[in-house]
Amino acid sequence: MKTLKHSTLNRRLFLAGSSALLAAPAILRSTRAYAQTPTLRVGHVSPRTGVFAGFAEADDYVLDAISQRFSAGIENNGRTWAIEVISKDSQSNPNRAAEVASQLILDDEVDIIVAASTPDVVNPVSDQAELNDVPCITTDCPWQPYFFGRGGNPAEGFRNTFHFFWGLEDVIGAFLDMWGGRGVAPIIGGLFPNDADGNAWGDPELGLPPALAAAGYNLIDPGRYQPMSDDFSNYINAFKEAGCEIVTGNMIAPDFGTFWSQAAQQGFNPKIVSIGKALLFPSVIQGLGERGIGLSSEVWWSPSHPFNSSLTGASSAELANGYTAQTGRPWTQPIGFKHALFEVVADVVARSADLEDPDATLDAIRTTDMNSIVGPINWANGPVPNVTKTPLVAGQWQREGDGIDLKIVANSAAPNIPTTGELMLLS
Amino acid sequence: MDWANAVIQGVLLGGLYALFAAGLSLIFGVMRLVNIAHGDLIVLSAYLALTVTTALGLSPLLALIIVVPGMGLIGYTLQRAILNRTMGEDLLPPLLVTFGLSVIIQNALLMGYTADPQNLQAGAIEVASVEIGAIALGVMPLIVFGTAVVVIAGLQWMFYHTALGRAFRATSDRQDIAQLMGLNRAHIFGLAMGLSLAVTALAGVFLGIRTSFDPAAGSARLIFGFEAVIIGGLGNLWGTLAGGVILGVAQTVGAKINPGYQILAGHIVFLLILAVRPRGLFPRIDG
Repeated sequence: MKTLKHSTLNRRLFLAGSSALLAAPAILRSTRAYAQTPTLRVGHVSPRTGVFAGFAEADDYVLDAISQRFSAGIENNGRTWAIEVISKDSQSNPNRAAEVASQLILDDEVDIIVAASTPDVVNPVSDQAELNDVPCITTDCPWQPYFFGRGGNPAEGFRNTFHFFWGLEDVIGAFLDMWGGRGVAPIIGGLFPNDADGNAWGDPELGLPPALAAAGYNLIDPGRYQPMSDDFSNYINAFKEAGCEIVTGNMIAPDFGTFWSQAAQQGFNPKIVSIGKALLFPSVIQGLGERGIGLSSEVWWSPSHPFNSSLTGASSAELANGYTAQTGRPWTQPIGFKHALFEVVADVVARSADLEDPDATLDAIRTTDMNSIVGPINWANGPVPNVTKTPLVAGQWQREGDGIDLKIVANSAAPNIPTTGELMLLS
Repeated sequence: MDWANAVIQGVLLGGLYALFAAGLSLIFGVMRLVNIAHGDLIVLSAYLALTVTTALGLSPLLALIIVVPGMGLIGYTLQRAILNRTMGEDLLPPLLVTFGLSVIIQNALLMGYTADPQNLQAGAIEVASVEIGAIALGVMPLIVFGTAVVVIAGLQWMFYHTALGRAFRATSDRQDIAQLMGLNRAHIFGLAMGLSLAVTALAGVFLGIRTSFDPAAGSARLIFGFEAVIIGGLGNLWGTLAGGVILGVAQTVGAKINPGYQILAGHIVFLLILAVRPRGLFPRIDG
């Protein structure tokens, strides 16, 4: 019996063997190790529409330039790889961000996923990447909400996800630098929403309160409001009563608009208003009209930053002016970081020992040491694992001819970035 | 003084909520229709005003001259063409249709205007205020509150002193008998919906001036509208104003205790009133 079974080729065995043989060329051709120009897919998630749409308004400009550069391919170990960027809209909704990230990973089978702009995009995308073991690079969100917001442990870090941006300690330093020596009463009103950014900024241990206290400022923090509130009169009253001359916090633009018109209605006129996130964009300041002039904000990137792109060689000013020339709109800060995100991708793709192996790609990310358009990026120098920091300065919106411009008014943390103006008090 | 200020700001906020609710209250009173799409219609009118202001360069307050009749016309058409076909003994079919409308309006706005937040620029009046003692009252909130009172007084007068109001009340009491007396039910319902959406247009424009809106902002407004209607008593217009004010005051006083309680406090007061007086504070006698 035994010999019989071995010697005869039964019908099933024949069918299985021959169909495998027939199918082999088809299967083999579709694996890219045998393709003439292998293609690496990069997934990109950003809030193109919704509350945070301002962060992504330059996406098309940046992606066009990047795709042009990528169409020539990137050399890796003697082979040229084509790079395809698949971009998806998070609609400024964290659930939607997680959904499109998982689509990119599972349906489009991207090799690297990148994301930018606010914890509401960066965190869900990073979590999906960590879950599915896909290398992930993110930016444009302070590192504390990114790292601690995702339950990061400074002793361990994450396996697949990497982030470059500045942190709360930098924004505190930049704001203190800007406020110091202006003869303004050291009483500060704090506006922190009940969201990932607001809770991180207002955190009694890691956020603004202890740092401001240490610097001799008295912070009036009435509590966390719900984003998209219709009424800020209680905040305004508390600030008025305490005699606040500075207002700071982290808000979304619609909430700041509601607050700022109610503050004017109720006769609250602070001398300095430095708000994170809400005041980054010229469109927001223009929307506020005359009352937008003199508001101040953190500055992560500007045309006067003394850095060049490693990918195109363009200087910060050239990149920013290119956007204005193409769209007729003023430059915005995310342009530099969005560009830098793909600079890092290109650098990693060029250096990876084996692009087919996600672990090799992770190694390449970990050993990144490059100069990008937003400054040096090197994950060996982070405050915590998987995070590296870029320089931060502070700026104020001032009139420039018929338009407005964000002038850099304080730079002691990064003296290589020149100041372009003097802080003017609001009232 | 702080508490007085919180209460006064809450009363003014209540004016806006009363405007959200007046249209709901009106159509529920006349035809027992629960309009789930009401919040989205508020947002729709804000977008309509945005289009008018950008196309014609008008102030949003002047744009009301176009937006209010425009929304009224949309309301009449909507009722005659769609909702009347579903009206009957059963409350459920029209409710489901308005639910569908809500989804359609949201997605149509998303396609037409994207999800970017927008707001209506009214210029200097946005920040103008008058001082009364130590309390500063914004001119815009005062205008909104004044409009709410005038609108509700106007609707009330119309209900009890005009032929149209008589027709509304007759239809509300017994639809079939009103029909026998020569009233065209379909037309009356159309007028009620038109009037309701004209009020909605006011609410939408004031909302757009006060804060920013996006296509998905409607459902949050619907909640406040419903709560104001139910606190005040279904179908009672002055009750609706009272409901809006109670809700507004609950929110600002809640926020005075802790800013995180602002929205929560409004909901808690609503639940308390619902538990103690399930038919609202001032239910209509015939209910």
